[in-house]
Amino acid sequence: MTASGVLQIVVYFLILLALTKPVGTFMARLFAGERTFLHPLFRPLERLIYKLSGVREETEQRWTQYAASLLAFSIAGFVFAYLIQRLQGILPLNPQHFGAAGAPPSATPVTPDLAFNTAASFVTNTNWQSYSGESTFSYLVQMAALTVQNFVSAAAGIAVAIALIRGFARQQMTSIGNFWVDITRATLYLLLPLSVVGALFLCSQGVLQNLHANTVVKTVEGALQSIPQGPVASQEAIKMVGTNGGGFFGANSAHPFENPTPLTNFVQMLMIFVIPAGLTYTFGKMVRDTRQGWAIFAACSVMFLAGVFIAYPAEQAGNPILAHHGIRSSPTAGQPGGNMEGKEVRFGIASSALFAVITTDASCGAVNGMHDSYTPLGGLVPLFNIETGEVIFGGTGAGMYGILLYAILAVFIAGLMVGRTPEYIGKKIEQKEVKMAMLALIATAASTLVFSGISSVATFDWDHSKYLNPPPATLKPAPASSVPPTANLNNSGPHGFSEILYAYSSATGNNGSAFGGINTNTPWYNATMGAAMLIGRFLFLLPLLAAAGSLAGKKKVPATSGTFPTHGPLFVCLLVGTVVIVGALTFFPALSLGPIVEHFLMYSGKLFT
Amino acid sequence: MLQQLMPAFRIMLVMTVLTGLVYPAAITGICQVLFRDQANGSLVAVNGRSVGSSLIGQNFAKPEYFHPRPSAAGNDGYDGLASQGSNLGPTNQKLIDRVKASVAQFRKDNPDYTGPLPADLVTASGSGLDPHISPDSADAQVARVSKARGIDPAKIRDLVARHTESRQLGFLGEPRVNVLQLNLALDQKP
Amino acid sequence: MSTATAIPPVINDPTVLIPKKLARARPLFDPEIISRALKGSFVKLNPAILWKNPVIFVVEVGAFVTTIFLVRDAFAGAAGIGFTLQIAVWLWFTVLFANFAEAMAEARGKAQADSLRKTKTDSIAKRYTSGGKIDEVPASKLRSGDTVLCETGDIIPGDGEVIDGIATIDESVITGESAPVIRESGGDRSAVTGGTRVLSDQVKVKITSNPGETFLDRMIALVEGAERQKTPNEIALNILIAGLTLIFLLAVITLQPFAAFSVASAGAGSVPSVAVLVALLVCLIPTTIGGLLSAIGIAGMDRVMQHNVLAMSGRAVEASGDVNTLLLDKTGTITMGNRQAVEFLAVAGVAEATLADAAQLSSLADETPEGRSVVVLAKEKYNLRGREVGEQEANFIPFSAYTRMSGVDISGRHLRKGATEAIINFVREQGGRVPPNFLDLSERVSRSGGTPLAVCDGAQLLGIIHLKDIVKGGMKERIGQLRAMGIRSVMITGDNPLTAAAIASEAGVDDFLAQATPKDKLEYIKREQGEGRLVAMTGDGTNDAPALAQADVGLAMNTGTMAAKEAGNMVDLDSNPTKLIEVVAIGKQLLITRGALTTFSIANDVAKYFAIIPAMFMVTYPALANLNVMHLHTAQSAVLSAVIFNALIIIALVPLALRGVKYRPQGAAGLLRRNLMIYGIGGLIAPFPGIWVIDQILVFLRLA
Repeated sequence: MTASGVLQIVVYFLILLALTKPVGTFMARLFAGERTFLHPLFRPLERLIYKLSGVREETEQRWTQYAASLLAFSIAGFVFAYLIQRLQGILPLNPQHFGAAGAPPSATPVTPDLAFNTAASFVTNTNWQSYSGESTFSYLVQMAALTVQNFVSAAAGIAVAIALIRGFARQQMTSIGNFWVDITRATLYLLLPLSVVGALFLCSQGVLQNLHANTVVKTVEGALQSIPQGPVASQEAIKMVGTNGGGFFGANSAHPFENPTPLTNFVQMLMIFVIPAGLTYTFGKMVRDTRQGWAIFAACSVMFLAGVFIAYPAEQAGNPILAHHGIRSSPTAGQPGGNMEGKEVRFGIASSALFAVITTDASCGAVNGMHDSYTPLGGLVPLFNIETGEVIFGGTGAGMYGILLYAILAVFIAGLMVGRTPEYIGKKIEQKEVKMAMLALIATAASTLVFSGISSVATFDWDHSKYLNPPPATLKPAPASSVPPTANLNNSGPHGFSEILYAYSSATGNNGSAFGGINTNTPWYNATMGAAMLIGRFLFLLPLLAAAGSLAGKKKVPATSGTFPTHGPLFVCLLVGTVVIVGALTFFPALSLGPIVEHFLMYSGKLFT
Repeated sequence: MLQQLMPAFRIMLVMTVLTGLVYPAAITGICQVLFRDQANGSLVAVNGRSVGSSLIGQNFAKPEYFHPRPSAAGNDGYDGLASQGSNLGPTNQKLIDRVKASVAQFRKDNPDYTGPLPADLVTASGSGLDPHISPDSADAQVARVSKARGIDPAKIRDLVARHTESRQLGFLGEPRVNVLQLNLALDQKP
Repeated sequence: MSTATAIPPVINDPTVLIPKKLARARPLFDPEIISRALKGSFVKLNPAILWKNPVIFVVEVGAFVTTIFLVRDAFAGAAGIGFTLQIAVWLWFTVLFANFAEAMAEARGKAQADSLRKTKTDSIAKRYTSGGKIDEVPASKLRSGDTVLCETGDIIPGDGEVIDGIATIDESVITGESAPVIRESGGDRSAVTGGTRVLSDQVKVKITSNPGETFLDRMIALVEGAERQKTPNEIALNILIAGLTLIFLLAVITLQPFAAFSVASAGAGSVPSVAVLVALLVCLIPTTIGGLLSAIGIAGMDRVMQHNVLAMSGRAVEASGDVNTLLLDKTGTITMGNRQAVEFLAVAGVAEATLADAAQLSSLADETPEGRSVVVLAKEKYNLRGREVGEQEANFIPFSAYTRMSGVDISGRHLRKGATEAIINFVREQGGRVPPNFLDLSERVSRSGGTPLAVCDGAQLLGIIHLKDIVKGGMKERIGQLRAMGIRSVMITGDNPLTAAAIASEAGVDDFLAQATPKDKLEYIKREQGEGRLVAMTGDGTNDAPALAQADVGLAMNTGTMAAKEAGNMVDLDSNPTKLIEVVAIGKQLLITRGALTTFSIANDVAKYFAIIPAMFMVTYPALANLNVMHLHTAQSAVLSAVIFNALIIIALVPLALRGVKYRPQGAAGLLRRNLMIYGIGGLIAPFPGIWVIDQILVFLRLA
C-alpha cells in the first residue's frame, strides 16, 4: 500500500461522511412531502407528471397496492425496454445502423434472449451486460431504454427503502406511502439534479456527449482507428448515481471516455455512495432517532473499510507468479507495481481496488478494472460483497432495505438474549417479519447457488447447444459432440468456477459487475441470468414490502433500559457479525472452491490451462 | 394489479420522454456549447487531420515511438469499438505465457534496459484503450527511442518528464505519461 | 378511611408463610425421569411425530439416507464401510440426543402431573336437589351450577363459590401450604377448589366448573404439556431455524455440482460421498437449538411451577419477559400488610412520655398488629413495660366502626385513641379544647405518608401516634432491579395522594396510582397499553377481574375469587404478590435461553466449515489444507469429529436448556454484552478445541 493510496481512501471516506447528513436530511424532507429548495423548480413539473399519468398525489397505498404498483411499473418498463431494443433498426438515432442494413460486421445482433436479459437487467437495476454497448445498441436504445431504466429502477429502489422505513416510523397505520409519488419525487428532485450536475462535470473532464457517428482516424503509425462517439455523459452520471453500473461501452468505467481521469474516478465513486449513505441518515431522521441511522452508517463503514483493506493489499501484492518473471511488483515513485492486469495506469492499484469494493458494496456493478483479472482475494471481496446482498451502503434504496433485513435478523437472533421479544426501532420483530426476512434470504441464496450448480455441470448435446449455448467462436478446437455451459468460460480451474459463481451472484444480487471473461450472450445464460435478476429483485423486495406493511400496523414500544439498544457499538458489531456470518455460512463452500482455493494455489505457483 | 397497469404505462411514457429524451438532449446541447472539445472525443489533430483521441490509446510498434501497454481490445489491440480487458485470471497459464512473451519481446527490443519491468508495461489494461503508461515504463524505453532517433537520451528523458502528469490534487490516481501526446511531441522535435 | 384497628385479622398473610414447594425442585437427573426420557427419545423417532421439528427431521432423513448407502456399500463390499458406519451411528445419535432433550423436559412435567393426579380422588358430593333436599352423587357427575354441601372432613367435589357459610379449608394439595385458609360467602375469599378438604364448619358451594375442566384438571394438563402450544416467539424462532436449514440444504446440495466441476478441472480426487455431504449438512443446520427449543419452553413452564405459580399458557410466561410496566398493590406487596407506630408526637405542654404511657395503656387490649406496635414502641422508646391489667380494674372499649376509636377506662381515666376527627369530637364532648398545634402535628404525619392516630385522656388531647406503612425489607432494591431491567413499577393504593406519594418515594417506585378504584386500575392499564407497553399486575378480588383480564400478565392470588383466577393468566398458589417480579425474571430467562442457544448454534458452524471443507477436498485441492487450522489428522477424522461434536453438544447443553441461562437483573445493554460474549464469541471459539480433542481421541482409538 502506498501513502497516497491510503490517503485517497481516507479522504474518500471523510467526504462521504460529510455528505451523509445534508443528503440524508434532504431526502427525509423530500419523502415526508415537505418543501425543499428544489421545489420552485420542479414542483410544477411534478404536478404535470401526476396529471399526465392520472396519479392522485394525496392517496396512500397499503403494502399490497404499493407492491402491485411497483410490479406494474416494472412490467411497463420491461415492455418498453424490450421493444425499443428489438425495434432499434427501424427507430431513429442509430448512426451505426445497428439491427438494420449497413450495420458493421462486428455488431452483436439483438436476439430475443439478449433483449430479455437486457430488459430484465435494467429494470431490476442490475445492468448486467451480455453485450458490449459500442457494438450493439443505437443511441436511442442507450437513451430511451437504458438511461430511462437507470433512473426509474433506482427510483423504485429508493421508494421501497422509504416504504420500509415508513413501516418502522409509523404506527398503527395500514398504508406505507404512494409508490407513484415516491418514484416521481425520487426521480425529479434527487436523481435528475444529481445527474445533470454529474453529467456536466464528467463531460467537462472528457466524457463524450454527442449524437455523432463514430469517428475514424488514421493513427500516427498509419493504421485506421475508430473513435466511438455517443451520448455518454448523460448516461454515465445516472449510471453511478442510481448505482446501475451499465456502461455505455464494454469496458465500462475503465474506458477513458467514461472515466477519463483520476478525479472523475473519485467523483464517480462518490456518486455511487452518496444516496445510499445519505439514506442511513434519512432512516434515522424518519424514525426520529438519528443515532439509529448512524449505527447503520457505522456498520456499513466497518464492512466497507474492512473490504478495502483486504482487497487493496491483495492487489498491491500482485501476482507472485509474475514476480518470478522479472516484473516489479512493489510500487515505486514512477510505477504502481502490484497486479496491473486489467487495470488502467491512471487509476493504479488503490483507485481500482477501492472502486471494486465500492461498486460491489453498492449494487452498482460499474467497474474501472476487470475483476476477472484481480487477484483471488481482490476478487473475493467484491464477490462476497455481492453475495451478502450488497448491503454495505448498498444500492440506491436496495442497500437500505437489505441492511434493514439483516438488522431484523440480528435483532431477532441476539435480541432474545436480553430477555424480551426482540424489538427494532420500537417495533416488535415477530413471526411475520422473520418469515419475510428468511424468504428473501432463501430466494436469493437459492437463485445464486442452484443456477451456478446447474451451469457447473450441465451439458447439452450438440444439436441443442447450437441453439441453447453456442460456444464462443474463438473456442479452439471446436467442440465435437456436446458443449457444456462451462465451455463459455475464459479461465479454467477455480477461477473458471469463480466466473460462473460471480455471474449468478451478480445477477441475483442485481449488481451487474462481472468476472467478464465468461461469455454469457447465449440463450442459456441470458435466460437463466435474466431469471436470477428477477428473482433477486422481486423475491427480495416483495417480502420486505410485506414486512413494511406489517411493521406499519404495529404500535411502537417505548424504549427503556430493558430495550435492546440498537444504536451503540455493540449493535454495530452484531449487525456486522450477522451480515458476515450469514453470508459466509451460505457461500463458504462455494467460495472455498473458487477464490479461496485459488489464493492458496496462486501462492503455490499452480496454473490452469 | 391490473388497475395499476394503466398509470404504470402512462408514467413510464412520461419518464421515457423526460429522462430518455429531454434529459440527454439537454445535456448534449449544453455540453456542445460549453465543452465542445471534450464532448466530441478530445480529438488530437496534426496538420488539421485527426490522428486520434488524447484519451484513447493507439498502437505504436516502431522503435522510434514509445510503446503503449499490451491491449486486449480487438484482435490487434486498441480497437476503439471493442474495449475490453484480457479477463485472464491470475492462475491462468495463458496470462503467464502472454506476459512472458511480452517480457521477452521487451527485452529483445530494449537490450539496454536491464532492471525489473514495471508491471503496467507487460499487462493488459482494463479497457484495452489505456492511453497511458507509467513514468517508469516510459523510462525503460528511453534508450531504445533515443537510439532509433539519434537523440540524446537526456533530452528524451526531459520530454518524458514534461509529459508526466502527476497525481491529481496530489493524491488521486497515479503518475502517468500519455503515450500519444509524448510521441507527437517527439515527432515535433527536430 | 378507617383507623388501623379496623383491619380484620389476616389469616393467610403471605408474608409470614414460607411456601412449601408444590413442584419440588427435582434433581436434574432423577433416574426415574431419565429412564422415562430414554424411552421417549426412541418413541419420538417416529417420523410422523418428528416432522414437526423440521431441523431434527432433516437429521433423521439424513441418517436414514446414510444408512441406506451404508447397507448398499456393505453388500457391494465397498471400502470405507467403517467410516460410513460411524457417520450413520452418530447421525442417529444426534436425533436421539435431540429427542432425549425434549423427552427429558416432558418427563419432568409428567412426573409432576402424576403427583398431582394422585390427589385427585373421586369424592362423593352432597348435592342439593331442586326440592332443597340432599342426594349423594359422585363428584364427576356434578355440573356447573349445581349446589353442594361441604361439611367438616369432606373433600370439596369441584371448583366453586361459597354461597353460604364460613369454613376453614386445607388447600395443601393445591398450594402445598399446610396452614388452613378461611373461605366464606361474599367478598373476595369465596372461591374453593375441588380436591381441597374442609377442616371445620360447613359451607354451601355453588359449583362453577364441569368435570374435567376443574382447576386441578387444567393444572395437570398444563404441567403434562398436553395443552402446550407453541408461543409466538417460539414459532418465529422455528421459522428462522427452518429457514436456515433450507439455506444450508441448498449450500450442501449445490456443493455436489461445484465439487464435480472442481474435480474435473483439477483432474484429481472425487466428488464427496453422500455420507460426507449429509455429515456436512447435519453439522451446519442448527441442530443445537432445533433439538433443545421445545425443551427450553417446557422447562420454562416447569420453572414457573417450581415457584408455585401456575401459568395458564406458555404465552403468558413469554409475555411476562416482555413486561414494561408492573402494577404492584401497595398493601401486601410493597408494604407489610399493616402499619406500625413509629413515633409519638405530643401536643405542646404534654410530655412525650405521658403520651406514650396513655397510648400504651389504651392499646393493651388491642390485638391488631397496629395496636401491638404501639405497645412495643412505647416499651422501646420510653422503657414502658406492658402491664398486665386485670379486667376488674379496667374497662376496655373495643373499636367500632361507629365510634371509630378504642381505648380503656382505668382508674377513672378515659383513655381513647382513634381517628383524629373522632377523638376531637370525643374531647369536645368532654368539654375539652383542641390545643393549637394538634392539627399541625396531624397534618405533618399525613403529609409524610403516615396515618395519625389521636390519643386523649378524657378531655385532654395528648398528641398523635404516627402510624406508618412499613416498606418491606429489600423492596427498594428489587424495584431498583426492575428499573435496571427497564421495567417501570407503579404502586396502586387506596390511600390519598399525599400518603401514596410518600410511600412511593420511600419504596422507590416510578409512579403511583392513589385512591385507586378498580376502574382507575383498568384505565391505567389501557393507557399504558395504548402507548405500546405491556402491563403485568396482581389481583385477588372480583373487582380486579377486568383489570386482570386486560393486563398482559395477570397474576391472580390463589386466595382470591374464582372470577379473579379466571380473569388472570397465572395463579400464584402462595398468594404472594411479590412473586410477580420473579415471574418476570423467569419469562426473561426463557427468552434469553432461546436466544443464547440460537446464537451459539449458528456461531458453531464456522468451526465446522474449517473442519469439513478442507477434508472434503483434500485430494482435489490439497492447497485447501491451509484452512485446516485445527490440524485434524485425516479427512475422515475431521468429518467424524465435527459430527460427533455436533451430537455431543446437544446432550451437553440439555442441563442449560432445562435450568435456563443464568439471569441477573440488569439493563439490556449489559445483558447483551455478556451473553454475546459467552454464547456468540464463545460459540465461535468453543468448537475449535472441542473438535480438535475429539479428533485426537478418534485417532488414539484408531477409529479414523
